[in-house]
Amino acid sequence: MSATISNRRKRSKLYYRVQHYAGEIACLVLGAVLVIWSLMPIYNMWMIALNKHDAIFEGGLWPEDPTLEAFRVVVTQDFWYLAQFWHQFGNSFYVGFMVSFLTLFIGSLASFTVGRLHLKNGWMLTNAALMTYVIPASFLAIPMYRIMQIYGLANNLWSVIATLTTFATPYAIFIFSQYGKSIPMELDESARIDGANPWQIYFRIYLPLMAPALVAVGTYALLLAWNEYLYNFLLLSTPGSMTVAVALAQFLNSDESPWNYMMATAIIYAIPPIVMYYGSRRYMAAGLTMGGVKG
Amino acid sequence: MSGVLALNRPIASAWRLRLPGPDTFWAAAFALPYAAIFLFFVLYPVIFGFWLGSSPALYTELFSSPLYLTALANTLIFVGIGVNLKMALAFLLSGFFMRKRKWVKALLVIFILPWATPALPAFMSIHWMLNGEWGFLNSVLDALFGIDGPIWLIDRWLALGADLAAYIWKQLPFWTVIFLAGRMSVPRELYEAADVDGATGFRRFVHVTVPLQANLYLVCTLLSTIWTFGDFNTITFISGGGPSMSTEVLATLGIRYAFTMSVPSLGVAAVLSALPLLVPIMVLLMRKLRTSDVQL
Repeated sequence: MSATISNRRKRSKLYYRVQHYAGEIACLVLGAVLVIWSLMPIYNMWMIALNKHDAIFEGGLWPEDPTLEAFRVVVTQDFWYLAQFWHQFGNSFYVGFMVSFLTLFIGSLASFTVGRLHLKNGWMLTNAALMTYVIPASFLAIPMYRIMQIYGLANNLWSVIATLTTFATPYAIFIFSQYGKSIPMELDESARIDGANPWQIYFRIYLPLMAPALVAVGTYALLLAWNEYLYNFLLLSTPGSMTVAVALAQFLNSDESPWNYMMATAIIYAIPPIVMYYGSRRYMAAGLTMGGVKG
Repeated sequence: MSGVLALNRPIASAWRLRLPGPDTFWAAAFALPYAAIFLFFVLYPVIFGFWLGSSPALYTELFSSPLYLTALANTLIFVGIGVNLKMALAFLLSGFFMRKRKWVKALLVIFILPWATPALPAFMSIHWMLNGEWGFLNSVLDALFGIDGPIWLIDRWLALGADLAAYIWKQLPFWTVIFLAGRMSVPRELYEAADVDGATGFRRFVHVTVPLQANLYLVCTLLSTIWTFGDFNTITFISGGGPSMSTEVLATLGIRYAFTMSVPSLGVAAVLSALPLLVPIMVLLMRKLRTSDVQL
């Protein structure tokens, strides 16, 4: 160690200044690379959506003659793949918000009962959640498809809602149990002395204090639902019950598809989760990654 | 540092000594919704899946099929390279994002965008970007260097590389943020002390940062490995399993067997055949998550 320090002393001020600027420049270059890397597919999306249909097949780095025509077609449902676009958009919202709501509700109840009511054999519940967490969702797709038919939920939005809630809840339970530890038990005890029953403690004390974690997990569940394709595709088959994800993928069935319409649809579809994410980003930092770790 | 999940065992036995009160009713009622979901939508499909894929004949059929063996090799390549490369990059980048500059913070907002963008629109865009004739990537290559870019998705290895690149593009921000949070939770004093001891730059990275983050890194890598085994979207929308099914992975092949070729049991078997690889990871991960404070 002492050798390093004496070596350091010998180096001139100039050396450090050069080193400093070289480091800064390297960082700027890295930053530029990251911006290009992150934005290229998103730029491409806009470029195709703003192009005329024929112009897409000429290549090019920007739309020669940008037009909002594709967006008009999507918004007015003026193409047969898009005939039920707003209805399907509504379906996506319905699924997304139901999954968020149920994940929050079921997850918070479970973490409350394990962490604060000290449910007898509560470890079974946590282990069940843990087991669900380590199963890749797509691996259950085939049996799940059959089971939804047995339950009579085939081609019903609730089949997708149930599946996605199942896969989102374990995460909610972990985050809530972790976050719940920061809420003092004394609050529960004093509420109990005042005559509150567990439901009142849950609803009046636990939930309000969990707000940041609720926002984070709710956003997570919404993003999960919005990213999901496989279960949507398997479980929903008629245009009326489809979500936008399935409708979008239909464009790929034909080689003649108007890609500008597809990309305009994709952009409109991508907006809600992005807005939601950036809107709740503050809480995401507090809740989602809160844990990063502690040892 | 009592583990969040470990808390239940020791405490549960302590609580068992208490008399069951009205709380028991409430506790059971609150546990009911999750227990029901688990039974109906996890346990039942898992058992049903094992039952569907229980015939040994299915596995002899799989292992004699070149399609399956290709998919198995692809899965190992996709998971092996994808997860490790992504995690290593995420870890290094999280160090970059620790810099306390305004522009670095602004950059993080842009950098997160791939993760916040839904998978389908993003992957469709990347798919068209890679089109050999009029795709954006080849237009850029042509404009900048005057090269005629390859037709990316008609070669097995290029297509698999494209799958990997898209996968990393989409997942990298999430894990970077996780590692960033991990790094931020280390008290500054520790680094200052290391600084006084002469550990700066590379030495600090090797002797301070890495040992502190090793556990988080391990858990994240295991978790990501499992999820990547189940990744259906990336392959489906970037290479589509093509050219001629040479970039299928087990997750997509299982679905193809079950729904395109209408042999569900073979599809289940294809997926279940990954279990010898997955189960040790699952067990290790469950143990890790149960005994440490790592939360994802």
